[in-house]
Amino acid sequence: MRKLESWAFFVLFVCSSAIENGTSHENGSTYQILSFDFPAIETPFLVASWLILASAAKMAFHSKYFPDSSLLVVVGFILGWVFYNGFTWIKVQYYELESSYFFHFLLPPIIFDAGYFMPNRALFENFGSVLLFAVVGTVWNTMAIGSALYFLSLYEWFSVSFEIFEVLTFASLISAVDPVAVIAVFEEVHVNEFLFINVFGEALFNDAVSVVLYKMFRNFYDIGSESVQIVDYGKGMVSFFAISLGGTAVGIIFAFAVSLITKFSQNMRVLSPIFVFVLPYMAYLLADSMGMSSILAISICGIVMKQYVKGNLTPTGVNSVKYFTKMLAVGAETVLFMFLGVSAITSPHHFDWTFITCTIVFCLVFRTIGVIVQCTILNKFRKKKFSVIDQFILSYGGLRGAIAFGLSASLPDSMSTKPMFVTTTIAVIYFTVLLQGVTIRPIVNWLKVETKEDRQKTMTESIYTKYFDYTMSGIEDIAGIRGEHYIRDTYERLNAKILKPILMQNEAKKDFDASVIVRAYAKITLEEALHLKEQKKRKLDERLTIDRSAISDSSMDIHIPQERIRLISSSKTRLQKLEDISKQKQINETEELQDDYMAQINVANMRSQQNAPNSSQLQPSSSSANI
Amino acid sequence: MGNSSSLMLRDEEIDEISRDTEFNRNQIVRLYSRFLSLDKKGQGYLERDDFLNVPELAVNPLGDRIVDAFFTLAGDNEQKLNFRQFVRILAHFQPINRGKKNVLNGRREKLRFAFQMYDLNKNGYITREEFKVILNSMVGANITAEQLDKIADRTIEEADGDHDGRISFDEFCRAMEKTDIEEKMSIRFLN
Repeated sequence: MRKLESWAFFVLFVCSSAIENGTSHENGSTYQILSFDFPAIETPFLVASWLILASAAKMAFHSKYFPDSSLLVVVGFILGWVFYNGFTWIKVQYYELESSYFFHFLLPPIIFDAGYFMPNRALFENFGSVLLFAVVGTVWNTMAIGSALYFLSLYEWFSVSFEIFEVLTFASLISAVDPVAVIAVFEEVHVNEFLFINVFGEALFNDAVSVVLYKMFRNFYDIGSESVQIVDYGKGMVSFFAISLGGTAVGIIFAFAVSLITKFSQNMRVLSPIFVFVLPYMAYLLADSMGMSSILAISICGIVMKQYVKGNLTPTGVNSVKYFTKMLAVGAETVLFMFLGVSAITSPHHFDWTFITCTIVFCLVFRTIGVIVQCTILNKFRKKKFSVIDQFILSYGGLRGAIAFGLSASLPDSMSTKPMFVTTTIAVIYFTVLLQGVTIRPIVNWLKVETKEDRQKTMTESIYTKYFDYTMSGIEDIAGIRGEHYIRDTYERLNAKILKPILMQNEAKKDFDASVIVRAYAKITLEEALHLKEQKKRKLDERLTIDRSAISDSSMDIHIPQERIRLISSSKTRLQKLEDISKQKQINETEELQDDYMAQINVANMRSQQNAPNSSQLQPSSSSANI
Repeated sequence: MGNSSSLMLRDEEIDEISRDTEFNRNQIVRLYSRFLSLDKKGQGYLERDDFLNVPELAVNPLGDRIVDAFFTLAGDNEQKLNFRQFVRILAHFQPINRGKKNVLNGRREKLRFAFQMYDLNKNGYITREEFKVILNSMVGANITAEQLDKIADRTIEEADGDHDGRISFDEFCRAMEKTDIEEKMSIRFLN
């Protein structure tokens, strides 16, 4: 006890003298043992503390009924309110989100993650619809919302009047569906692949369009509505192609760069993952500096480089890339939603409830109209058609998010309507994230939207997918049609023959790539082997015979026994052990990060099935319990 | 030269084929010109070699299996395919029309085409050996023989409902139950 007291006193003395020295810092007369110099560490400290706060909030506030994003927004809001009103000594700059921080630090990891985890095949199959929604849909939404609001403003519905280009600028930033919000909500809702890829793909690719429109209308606003000429409109349309194609090209170039570097960096395995992260980030920054769509650049970079990087890095390298990407993305997303909550307090506000309500209504209405019209057109050309329920989810799932906020915050301060726009943007975001985000899951369940099937892909299906690809390819060739199979086939052949040997190490020239089948086999062998053993075990009990031709790769090395009973009981214990291993592996498997968003959703479904009381996969049949 | 008149497609024929296969007129005419371009010797029917002259098909690992299935389904032992049969088989791959009765392009018919490709000796069953042959042509160069065996065994086990070591057409259909065959085995024939 004595020792403890004396230590305590010593520490207290040191601290008090330090504080005293710290506070009398201006005198500079005494020697300082410890001093408290906050400004020196201010920025890193803030960043770190926000990360900690946001992550802690995400872990603490986790509910089955609300998507994480909505909870975080609410937490952020409360926090902001508390800081603003209670802890006024915390300066506002500490918790205000500057749009440059948002665009340079928070957004890139999230979009990169979206690109890297993109289910490429699903994207390819729905490319037409995704592109249509992203381009035509966004343009339609912008023009419709902007014109409607302008029209109403002419009748003085709103507190502020604005020019046509002002409101069109606003419309362009509010009409874009936000990929961050979509991921955050849909990941927890488990809709089927088809819906997910359409909403998500649209959200990702409409950035190019929104950026073009935003810039175009902002330029027009700066020029002044009187001086804008027809040629400027033409320039605007050309710039769309320049921005999107330029961004894509930058992304592809950097993807190749990453692949080549990882191919040649075999002797520095620990360091090569750095390139996997930094180069796409460079692509983002570079594209941004040239005025091209940085989001397109970084997401396409992620999409293209994935297969080559996976081939060049070691399995642990690939895994660490996977986890680190996810970590960066989830971290950024968490902080982002918190800030969205906080910024409701800190932004200069101008509440015009009529404007806000009109904007929200127009957003919903025009999106729905757009979706219906586009789907009707698409259904004429597609094999897999959009049902009415699909269309409803597509319209309802058009969530706005942080990108809109970032763009609104970066509006020029000279624009007098900026506060109103910012306020309305925040209101719309809150509405979509909170109301739509929260209600979408019950609605999905109520409408009995087809959820992704929860069973694991069987071996048969992996093989047959490949098989049908080749078959349909052949049929198309016979019939002389250049359809989607032809395109995919040509791409795959090009990939196997030219791209892979250049970009990946140890890739001999092959005519076609069958690694999918081999991987599929490796993946499901253990669990399925066990299931078959389960069947055999039952037969064992029934017939008291042993089937020698079990699936071979396990330790079921059965010797023909003298006493069948001894054998049966020993094989039962072995089976039990294997079952335990499999159970453990299955649990681990489902907690592992999957390769892309589709797999992630599947696994999440599987997990929720596992937790249900009658998951037949894991429990042995009770009938064979005793001999 | 003298054959060309018999190669020309008469209107009544087009209508008949249209009724039979549910292709529309334009599609049939298009397919006819394709047929003619494949029939380089101008014989009025297609033989195996005519198919294999299609360059992409030659590179397709399942190329000869597809051609084989064509001839089998045509029910023609002479290995000659006339235009009627050609169109009829292609009709299997039309998208399924939920409203109409799908005689040729229904799920079962599509699966039958796929099944025929596997069933080399046409006895109505896919044996382990036949499956291995197909798997080998798709994957063979990239995996060891042992892996091939294992994959083949595994797949057969999955589908083999009555455990007779081979897969009948019904078992095949059941294995494909959950797959979206309607979408996977359909192509859009241009108008």
